[in-house]
Amino acid sequence: MTAIDRIEGRACVLRGNDIDTDRIIPARYLRAITFDGLGEHAFEDDRIQAKGDHPFDDERFAGASLLIVGANFGCGSSREHAPQALMRSGFRAFIGESFAEIFAGNCTALGLPYAMLDADDLAALMDAVVLDPEQPVLLDLEARTVSSRAGTVAAKIPDGVRRQLLEGSWNATRVLLDAGEAIEATSARIPYLNDFPG
Amino acid sequence: MGVGPRPCYPTGAMTKPTPPISSDANLLDKVWNAHTVRELPSGQTQLFIGLHLIHEVTSPQAFAMLREMKLPVRFPQRTLATVDHIIPTLSQQRPLADDLAEKMMGAIETNCAEHGIRLLDTASGQQGIVHVIGPELGLTQPGMTIACGDSHTSTHGAFGAMAFGIGTSQVRDVLATQCLALSKPQVRRIDVSGKLRPGVYAKDVILAIIRELGVNGGVGYAYEYGGPAIDAMSIEERLTVCNMSIEGGARCGYANPDETTFEYLRGREFAPRGAAFDRAVGWWKSLASPPGATYDDRVELDGNAIAPSVSWGINPGQNIGIDERLPFPADAPPEERVSLEEAYGYMSLKPGEPIEGTPIQVAFIGSCTNGRISDLREAARVARTGRVAPGVKALVVPGSQAVARQAEAEGLHEVFRAAGFEWRLAGCSMCLAMNPDKLVDREICASSSNRNFKGRQGSPTGRTLLMSPAMVAAAAIEGRVVDVRGVL
Repeated sequence: MTAIDRIEGRACVLRGNDIDTDRIIPARYLRAITFDGLGEHAFEDDRIQAKGDHPFDDERFAGASLLIVGANFGCGSSREHAPQALMRSGFRAFIGESFAEIFAGNCTALGLPYAMLDADDLAALMDAVVLDPEQPVLLDLEARTVSSRAGTVAAKIPDGVRRQLLEGSWNATRVLLDAGEAIEATSARIPYLNDFPG
Repeated sequence: MGVGPRPCYPTGAMTKPTPPISSDANLLDKVWNAHTVRELPSGQTQLFIGLHLIHEVTSPQAFAMLREMKLPVRFPQRTLATVDHIIPTLSQQRPLADDLAEKMMGAIETNCAEHGIRLLDTASGQQGIVHVIGPELGLTQPGMTIACGDSHTSTHGAFGAMAFGIGTSQVRDVLATQCLALSKPQVRRIDVSGKLRPGVYAKDVILAIIRELGVNGGVGYAYEYGGPAIDAMSIEERLTVCNMSIEGGARCGYANPDETTFEYLRGREFAPRGAAFDRAVGWWKSLASPPGATYDDRVELDGNAIAPSVSWGINPGQNIGIDERLPFPADAPPEERVSLEEAYGYMSLKPGEPIEGTPIQVAFIGSCTNGRISDLREAARVARTGRVAPGVKALVVPGSQAVARQAEAEGLHEVFRAAGFEWRLAGCSMCLAMNPDKLVDREICASSSNRNFKGRQGSPTGRTLLMSPAMVAAAAIEGRVVDVRGVL
């Protein structure tokens, strides 16, 4: 697995709070047995309703690899299809005020870092990127910072998540398998798996 | 081999004593402790998952990943599968009319057969929404850790279980290791005092909680629900409350196990039997948070003051009592104003208007929130008072085949049909628009489901008003949102 210590690239600004995963990828695209092709449907209904006036249709943001969002991004359904769709449309990291927990867990499992900024820092970053979308934005996991032409600000990344990304241990299956027989040993002392020994 | 009350593998001696835990530990502390395999280098905990539930939408990619990693399913007898999201509710005849849906059905059948996982399909007589069948079969029990690739897994917390909604990569983790890597949540105790007034239901309680604490107020927390109003609830009502914990941002929610819990479980297919049941009750009782347990946060709500509630916006926190008027964005904290304006723009409603009287075109009774027998009984009470208004399409979708059988035995299906409601087959139906049941264009739906997100019910511009099943039935009859207290 790849260690991830920094993501640098152009950014796309998507304003608004409480953007749910039904909006990120409408449920009709979950009628599939693979994640293939989800990228082209990210925010499809929002984009249609915005009639072209959506950040995902703004040419100035084309090719962005960081997505800058508001508060409680990714709330609602647990569908991993949401971060999969964003990943498949080119995003490799998320910067926002806060993230819904299941969405954040899914991002970690895919090796997609997310970082939280104070509301004022976030607003300044959004304004700076909208003004000058060509500038590179850097999320530095080692330093816990986000840098742009607006300056460098502190970013919150949960310790466990940061360590998993820095160590390249974000695919949990391998890490969990390392417990070996301790898994069976645990199951052997859970009462409901053992006919509730007195 | 099924997921059963009998030991699934040799009953070993307790190989490692459970670490000591303080006398003021809450239920989450105790359950977390009992399932801890080890602390991970990342600082997270490797937690054993006692029950894994899967369905057709979020599992096929997980099985594909497993195949790619050449790994078997570690504890196939601790995973149970059903089909609910894509299943049509008019005809479930195979092959399904939707090729994509048929493909997904085929995938779960093949994956379960290949890995020795029990599948409760439509032929089993036990199929239904995953969060309805777990409880009704007695699979869901106090003190369990439960995971499912669905955010409403929090439902199972009604029994005093710790139940997590997970993504597909985590479904892979559970299949391969029967474990998850998780950070221990903090616990917020939510006391609902007093007694609910007539016409006020569990749905109104959880809508009031989310309105009070916000749709992201629960991030980082598990919600422990308690207090007299919760204690007085049936298991089915607690299921409704815990179901929507995720809509408040909480990773999971639970109520402490008590006599109501034990009596519900007694005699259910997968519940322990005979002497084992008595031993189980002893363990279950020991798990409940004691009076004076420690919590990271506490909140109290006055149950007497909760009114029948209706969502008016585009997230479940945007709800008001039926006798209130829609809020003015100018009165809201600045950071909420944009969301309120966006909600008004989408819903085409106006600040200062009453929600009562809002015309509806569709009524939906069902879902993992409110598709159980007690929900249908309450809706039927209202349905007996009139007929569905002209121009309203009204659906009643039982949460499981067992709920459907029970309702039919009580004649509820005839009550609904006589009143002009359609009586459908079990499934997720119009909660989430992955099957043929969908809104059309700008329709407004009075819905007993859990989410009023933009486009949630299948039309990208469709509108959802969340409310209790009795309120939905009343709205269906009047053709507009009304106060069910005037009908009952």
